[in-house]
Amino acid sequence: MALRFYTRLVALSTAVLIFAGGLVTSTGSGLSVPDWPNTYGWFMFTFPLEKMVGGIRYEHSHRLIASTVGFLILVLALWLWRVEPRRWVRQLGYIALAAVITQGILGGITVLWYLPDPISIAHAGLAQIVFCLTAAIALFTSRSWANTASPAVDDSVLRKLTVVTTMWIYVQILIGAVMRHTDAGLAIPDFPLAFGHLIPPQWDPKIAVHFAHRVGALVASVLILATAGHVFYHHRRRGVLVRPSVLLLVLLAAQVTLGALTVLTARQYVINSLHVVTGASVLVTSLVLTLRAHKSRLGALAGGIAATSLGVGRVPPERGALEGGPAGPTRTGARA
Amino acid sequence: MQSRLHRVFTGCAFAFAAAVALTAAACGRSEEAPPPPAAVSNPVDPSTAGAITGLVKFEGTPPAAEPISMDSDPYCEKQPQNKTETVVVGEASGLQNVFVYVKDGLGDRVFPVPSTAVVLDQQGCRYVPHVLGIQVGQPLELRSSDNTLHNIHAVPQQNREFNRALQLAALKHTHTFSTKEVMVPFKCDVHKWMNAYVGVLDHPFYAVTAANGRFELKGLPPGTYTIEAWHEKLGTQTHMVTIGEKQTSDVAFNFKG
Repeated sequence: MALRFYTRLVALSTAVLIFAGGLVTSTGSGLSVPDWPNTYGWFMFTFPLEKMVGGIRYEHSHRLIASTVGFLILVLALWLWRVEPRRWVRQLGYIALAAVITQGILGGITVLWYLPDPISIAHAGLAQIVFCLTAAIALFTSRSWANTASPAVDDSVLRKLTVVTTMWIYVQILIGAVMRHTDAGLAIPDFPLAFGHLIPPQWDPKIAVHFAHRVGALVASVLILATAGHVFYHHRRRGVLVRPSVLLLVLLAAQVTLGALTVLTARQYVINSLHVVTGASVLVTSLVLTLRAHKSRLGALAGGIAATSLGVGRVPPERGALEGGPAGPTRTGARA
Repeated sequence: MQSRLHRVFTGCAFAFAAAVALTAAACGRSEEAPPPPAAVSNPVDPSTAGAITGLVKFEGTPPAAEPISMDSDPYCEKQPQNKTETVVVGEASGLQNVFVYVKDGLGDRVFPVPSTAVVLDQQGCRYVPHVLGIQVGQPLELRSSDNTLHNIHAVPQQNREFNRALQLAALKHTHTFSTKEVMVPFKCDVHKWMNAYVGVLDHPFYAVTAANGRFELKGLPPGTYTIEAWHEKLGTQTHMVTIGEKQTSDVAFNFKG
């Protein structure tokens, strides 16, 4: 119970961190603290609050939140290592820890090297991966995942659709990160048209990236509508699929609105940052739907590992450890 | 199945590590080449040297300087109100903060590098001066007179970028540029409104227009020169000017708003 709550807290804190990171780039504060890991020569945690002025407020807050999230993920990995019987879930914890450490190093490098685009874009892309990992861990340790009362979904169309949708959303976020870090956010200043046309009448690399992000949004919207439509039509009684589908549609509407407002308000920094974190939420919601659509397959794949870990050989998917949720007492002696 | 998942995890980890390493390697920065050796004596004969004087004017209705909101820092908020310095027009339409310099015509002369430092100060939450010139290899003293945190961030195209913390008013940094570059923008990422421009040249013939728009380039050897006037918003203009021995020529630039 406590672990379930904690995994959700970690996932939520990662979303907060992404919002804080969005504020840093939206306010152009990435280099307001020139040193790293120190802050103006102070040890990060002893930096005086009254000196958090101007851009330092955003950059230093981002560092503090990132350190907190890093610590939370460290505790999560240790917690999973101690109590989680499924080896692959424990491994997800280790991967999340490695990812958040790498993310911190990328954040430091990008400051020390004056925000080179490839590093900054990698930093933005890895942030999404960390969020996905923490959300996936929260899902895998949730009560709904452990519920074996109803048979897992076995719909190959939905499986393919959700994978394509999630992957495309991630690509779309990466295009957004390129646009953001190459200062192309206002390369097309009007919306929904582009310089008054459907297709931009003039081109340069920034306009191309910006337009690619708009086209990417259109494709993502179609994929999300198709996925949600498929769920509503074929699985309307399955709450585990309907709920994320509804949330996905709500987030999509919010995200498109925020994207439009970002352009129309000339990148107002709060709107811009909300656009970043809502995009991450769309990705994670789609991932949850994807994982639930693949539950039967994941059960077959990971159940064998868990069973091997337990030293009892391969078990049928329907009895696999993946379906069984987080273990309590059976954890003892379970690790290989 | 277990080994399959292991392979996936291990493969992902290696791929990611490789990607990070490659990206880091690709973004690594090499050190700048040291500045060329400087001449020890002035190659210009003072007995024949002339000068170019001039006036830079603004044509049209000058934009009003707008007050800058500095409420993101309580210290800055208490300072005298800063106004935008993008276009500063003085008496008789003289345009201030224009960097005027000899762009071409000096041949292969090598000029001595002054050892005295040029100062760029952060004062009252603004850069002072807003525009200045310096020679390659000459020390640029960067300092803050403010009792708040500033950073000094230079974003050149030809020289090496740098970003320094100025956490105490007493602290100073000294920097030298290795390559000529017109202009090197400076900013403070803590306070977005703060910016300055530094013209880096391999000779001493440059000036920044005063409040009345006037400038003077002294000690020039006789010859024909391309004189360029640079303004941060209004762009550049050039004029060809010829001066004889001990002669002073006058040149006028007109920037339209």
